[in-house]
Amino acid sequence: MSRQTEPSAMVTVVIAGVPVPVRAGSSVAAALAKQHPGTTRRSVSGQLRAPLCGMGVCYECRVIVDRRERLACQTVCTEGMQISPSSAQPGVGT
Amino acid sequence: MSAHTTTVPLSTERCDLLIIGAGPAGMAAALAAAPSGMNVVLVDDNPAPGGQIWRDGPGVVLAPLAKQHRRGLTRHPNITVLCGTRVVGLGDPAVDAGAPALILENAERGWTQQSSHLLLCTGARELLMPFPGWTLPGVTGAGGLQALIKAGLEVRGQRIVIAGTGPLLLAAASSARKAGAHVLRVAEHAPWSALASFAAQLPRWPVKALQAPTLLHHSLRADAHVLEALGDQQLEAVRLARGGRSQETIVCERLACGFGLVPNIHLGQMLGCQINEGGGLQVDAHQNTSISRVSAAGECTGFGGSERALVQGAIAGHSAAGDASAARALYPEHQHWQGFAQALHRAFPVRTQTLASLPQDDTLVCRCEDVPHGQLKGRSGWIDAKLHTRCGMGACQGRICGAAAQVLYGWTPQPARHLLAPARIATLAGASGSVDL
Repeated sequence: MSRQTEPSAMVTVVIAGVPVPVRAGSSVAAALAKQHPGTTRRSVSGQLRAPLCGMGVCYECRVIVDRRERLACQTVCTEGMQISPSSAQPGVGT
Repeated sequence: MSAHTTTVPLSTERCDLLIIGAGPAGMAAALAAAPSGMNVVLVDDNPAPGGQIWRDGPGVVLAPLAKQHRRGLTRHPNITVLCGTRVVGLGDPAVDAGAPALILENAERGWTQQSSHLLLCTGARELLMPFPGWTLPGVTGAGGLQALIKAGLEVRGQRIVIAGTGPLLLAAASSARKAGAHVLRVAEHAPWSALASFAAQLPRWPVKALQAPTLLHHSLRADAHVLEALGDQQLEAVRLARGGRSQETIVCERLACGFGLVPNIHLGQMLGCQINEGGGLQVDAHQNTSISRVSAAGECTGFGGSERALVQGAIAGHSAAGDASAARALYPEHQHWQGFAQALHRAFPVRTQTLASLPQDDTLVCRCEDVPHGQLKGRSGWIDAKLHTRCGMGACQGRICGAAAQVLYGWTPQPARHLLAPARIATLAGASGSVDL
């Protein structure tokens, strides 16, 4: 995946319908934290959750990115990317 | 899944050396093997090579050694780096004698990857232990916080508490401070005596001795540990124990906890590799595992830092390329860093008794299936727990709760049977010969 962008460059992603500007190369997890409440999903018992391990192990940060379930901490933001919280269902990808 | 689904079989690709994990070990292995002309495929689930220590992102100035390795990878046309790609299971074995085949998946497609030799450089993850409130948004791993900051997480002005054990706490605190956060407390579980004897040995590894003073800060407390994260919908404060006598409550926006590192052995276990005393993959002097044509290097053989991972990776790469003398020439350097690993293990052991006393009956242990400690503590082992609860059966496939349950209840994590990671149905359907659903 190429990230040959200027250090100061910004991209704008759309989180639950709201445009959020982030530094180019930021992860979706970093973008989510900029938008209150910064959570990624509701657990099977209804708790709000946010990224935990930051390295693709815990799956707490699974969200819907451009209609596919992805791990927010391992997905790099691209211009216009559509991001929304994941459903409560545990995760085999679609 | 229905056996009648019409599917397109997975395509099959073949290489000489397949390396899983592009951290220091995997990169060093690829660079050691490449001059032989071998066709090397280097796979990583992150967006860029580097692993955890050399993770790239907008919050990062890459170390010169990291840049040198990344440049090296691009210089060899016979090295293919596949980022954003994960191993989802075992593929159909090749007809001729080769290494076990793997099913790989990226954002677009899934395929079977065959190779003559397979090298596992799957690294380590943090040991994340349950305590009351640990599921609140705002609580992360310590290395987890560092990884998130490197990937662009903004923490400027935020109040942060870091707790657990090991040098990673100080490294995380340093990253957070550089990003403009106020690190109010670093609570190190080990006592001052252990820290002092570890520090006294550091001159044996001058690189490490030079790093140490830059990481020390007046917020550090030894013999201190987390008791509870407080908050309703998100973290508001942290309660810490100090020396078993006093407590303190600190108001903060983030709590980052890391209780040590756990070698990532799921793939090795699935392949049948033997496990060593440290919970890593057992390897010989050439980094071969107990399974033919499968070797392992770096933190997945037992954690010990990036220098040890680099030299193990290089040994594995030379060995896979058939250059035994180049591999042997690295033995003294390997011994040197093996000594550092041993010093780390002695100074920062997992303090089982204290950690086992933290969760209350309603504290969730399995965060994927929301299974509380109260439903698990009376179970006889993993099978009993899985029969009566859904512990370990969620999306992370027991990677978080499995390591925690080993500390809390003494249960040995079980090898995955078929799937390593949640995979798309299309990938699995195409691989119907080897995956039972």
